Amino acid sequence: MRTLLPLLVLTAATPLAAQDPHAGHDMGEAAEQADPSPGPTMETPPPPEAGEGPPRAADAIWGAEAMTASREDLRKMHGDFPVFWFQGDRIETQIRNRADTYLWDIQGYYGGPTDRLWFKTEGEGEWGDAPEDAELQALYAKAIRPFWDIQAGVRHDIAGPDTTHAVIGIQGLAPYMFEVDAALFLSHRGDLTARIEAEIDQRITQRLILQPRVEANLSAQSIPLLGIGAGLDQIEVGGRLRYELRREFAPYIGIEQSWRTGAGADFARARGEGTSATSLIAGIRFWF
Amino acid sequence: MSPISRRGFVRAAGAAAGFAAMPAWAQGHSLHATKGGTPIRVGFDEVRGAVIDLAVGHGPRMVQGRKGHGVAVNGSVPGPLIRLREGQNVRLNVTNHLSEDTSIHWHGLLVPFHMDGVPGISFPGIAPGQTFAYEFPVRQSGTYWYHSHSGLQEQQGHYGPLVIDPAGAEPAEYDRDYILLLSEFTPLHPHRIMDRLRKGEGYFNYQQTAWADDYPLSAADRRMWAEMRMPATDIADVTGSTYTYLANGRGPKEGMEFAFNPGERIRLRVINGAAQTFFNLRIPGLPMTVIASDGQNVAPVEVDEFQIGTAETYDIIIQPTAEAYTIVAESMDRSGLAIATLASRPGARAAIPPPRKPPLLDMGDMGMNHGDGAHSMDGMKMRDTLLLPPDVTVGPGIDMVSMAPVDKLGDPGLGLRDVEHRVLNYRMLAALEPNADTREPSRLLELHLTGNMERYMWSFDGEMYSAVHDKPIRFAHDERVRVKLVNNTMMAHPIHLHGMFFTLVNGESPAHQPRKSVVIVQPGASAQFDLTADAPGDWAFHCHLLYHMHGGMMQTVTVMGP
Repeated sequence: MRTLLPLLVLTAATPLAAQDPHAGHDMGEAAEQADPSPGPTMETPPPPEAGEGPPRAADAIWGAEAMTASREDLRKMHGDFPVFWFQGDRIETQIRNRADTYLWDIQGYYGGPTDRLWFKTEGEGEWGDAPEDAELQALYAKAIRPFWDIQAGVRHDIAGPDTTHAVIGIQGLAPYMFEVDAALFLSHRGDLTARIEAEIDQRITQRLILQPRVEANLSAQSIPLLGIGAGLDQIEVGGRLRYELRREFAPYIGIEQSWRTGAGADFARARGEGTSATSLIAGIRFWF
Repeated sequence: MSPISRRGFVRAAGAAAGFAAMPAWAQGHSLHATKGGTPIRVGFDEVRGAVIDLAVGHGPRMVQGRKGHGVAVNGSVPGPLIRLREGQNVRLNVTNHLSEDTSIHWHGLLVPFHMDGVPGISFPGIAPGQTFAYEFPVRQSGTYWYHSHSGLQEQQGHYGPLVIDPAGAEPAEYDRDYILLLSEFTPLHPHRIMDRLRKGEGYFNYQQTAWADDYPLSAADRRMWAEMRMPATDIADVTGSTYTYLANGRGPKEGMEFAFNPGERIRLRVINGAAQTFFNLRIPGLPMTVIASDGQNVAPVEVDEFQIGTAETYDIIIQPTAEAYTIVAESMDRSGLAIATLASRPGARAAIPPPRKPPLLDMGDMGMNHGDGAHSMDGMKMRDTLLLPPDVTVGPGIDMVSMAPVDKLGDPGLGLRDVEHRVLNYRMLAALEPNADTREPSRLLELHLTGNMERYMWSFDGEMYSAVHDKPIRFAHDERVRVKLVNNTMMAHPIHLHGMFFTLVNGESPAHQPRKSVVIVQPGASAQFDLTADAPGDWAFHCHLLYHMHGGMMQTVTVMGP
């Protein structure tokens, strides 16, 4: 009851029409019976008196020239503005039985939310040696669906036999939060290959994140020059456990198993290489 | 902060005049380079009169030991209280001491469009070193605020309260008159925040679902959210992980105090001057009588808690009798809070309630009918674009379409749907003074709030401002229009129209539909307002979450002249 007094004093000063302090409480239900504020329910276009053309009222006051720069700024800053993203997704050392290797997997883009210029580079090699595999991609990406970009461009292999590929791919977020990157590569020698990568972040805590990852490399034909077998040439499955000291910087440890399969395995054996490898991993993931 | 007593305002020492000339903290150094200079003061002075000088500068800021760099009006954050009287004319000389353009928008004020302060729409902006004179008649009374409409300066501290006393008598009785301006401090530059929002979805959210969480979600619920690629915990884009929430510029540990004598009636003018935060405000042990919203008087209604969306204002009457009370303004995601104390003697304190559990989005927030009772996605399409009217541009910028959006003006807001005390909602508001125009609207304008959380794109009808900058929403002069806002996103958006009040279609008669300048449209829901387009010119219309506006949720409204 102690709360009633101020309410009474207040309401005494209000016009009769608004005296019920709880007016509106039950109006939601009441509205369904007799609409207290009827109005149109179908959208119709504005009348001709609403005019047409761009908004230029300020030009009449300040002059069109004076308005140009701020109008341009407003457009540039509200919606489609570019950002630069650089991510070292996997910068790691892999500890194996025979020889330890290093690996990098870096990507980034410059652009707005729907049109971006991408670059990707990845490669690996034994510590102390030049990379065995290394590639660089330059791609243009366009959003085709809310969660998917289509990417097209070129890839150049800078270790091993000099090879240039045309690239077309998709990258995005699949249902159940899988980050997917899939691409087809057509080399200048006419060989068609493909790569599919998928990874998913499993938050254990807000900062400790387990990331299972799978990558498969496929080929439409055997490519003896590169030691690639037709069909599923190679597959790797791994898990990385990272701790996000900051969102942008996370050291991780992990384990990964890779297999060469089918004709790919035959090539590996012919070269005296193993057909499977188990690696313990330590690395960092960062972006800015 | 000094109290403003009803009949004679206590003037703080060293008010406007001393700062306006050429403040030491505003010597025009680069905003991003120098971290030196005179620190920005906390709290605000008061300025009034027919001619008011304001200086926009920058300097170092410190909140609870956290250092940052800020932009300030007259050297303080918040900027000075601008106190005006209905019926007066005012000239506000705003001098820019920054090295970039600035502006001041008078939020909620009915001014000629070219005095509204939006660079690129109403005027060219204020260049470095320039002084711009805003001149307009004061045609209203109530609680308002002002802020920069240039870049992201508002986040850096460029805002302050604005109170207009009525020409006649105040309808409410009170002994003390206080302002509680809620906002945020972050040491991060706002460009960095925008950049992180665009790049890393959930960057600031440290309340996400995880193996180790204790959210009341079943495995099936978690799979459903993952399948949709949507986080149930996406309540606030920027959170207490970087923000310290402020009461009149002070952090929760910095002892913001409002003095009172037990039994006195206090008018508390609550202004949400935050860039990106909704607050849920309560004063444990003390009921609050809401008497105004967005500056406009409403029929008094007593509640125990209310949600205040970004840029909204609520005036409340409270009558404390105990020694002290804690005013708790919880950020909607409950990642932090702003605190002030009602103290009957200096230093008196009441308990600070423990934080409540973070809320979660639910099926209703996806625009699905609660009545279905279904907790599965079976047979449901999250993005059935056939449900959208043809004037919505369908593309990657729309990641969700509400299946069955319902009017939720009766929704108290996220986190407040299941509390056990009385919570305000828009259906409880009724205009105190009747509205002048009660015509039935001649047409319906339906606008869809659209977005893509992953890409951090926000828009009306599927197109960001950058795509529709030359395609305004047009109204004929004095046209009476019902505007229906349909939220196809899972975030609540505080939608703000410059230059005119609209009235919420909340079940009241047209004469008593409450006048507002900001309306929260709940996730997956709709809201309607009636508008009399009686202010010719070009006006900004946008989501008042700063980073949503910059993400594209903005459009120009053009009202034709007579």
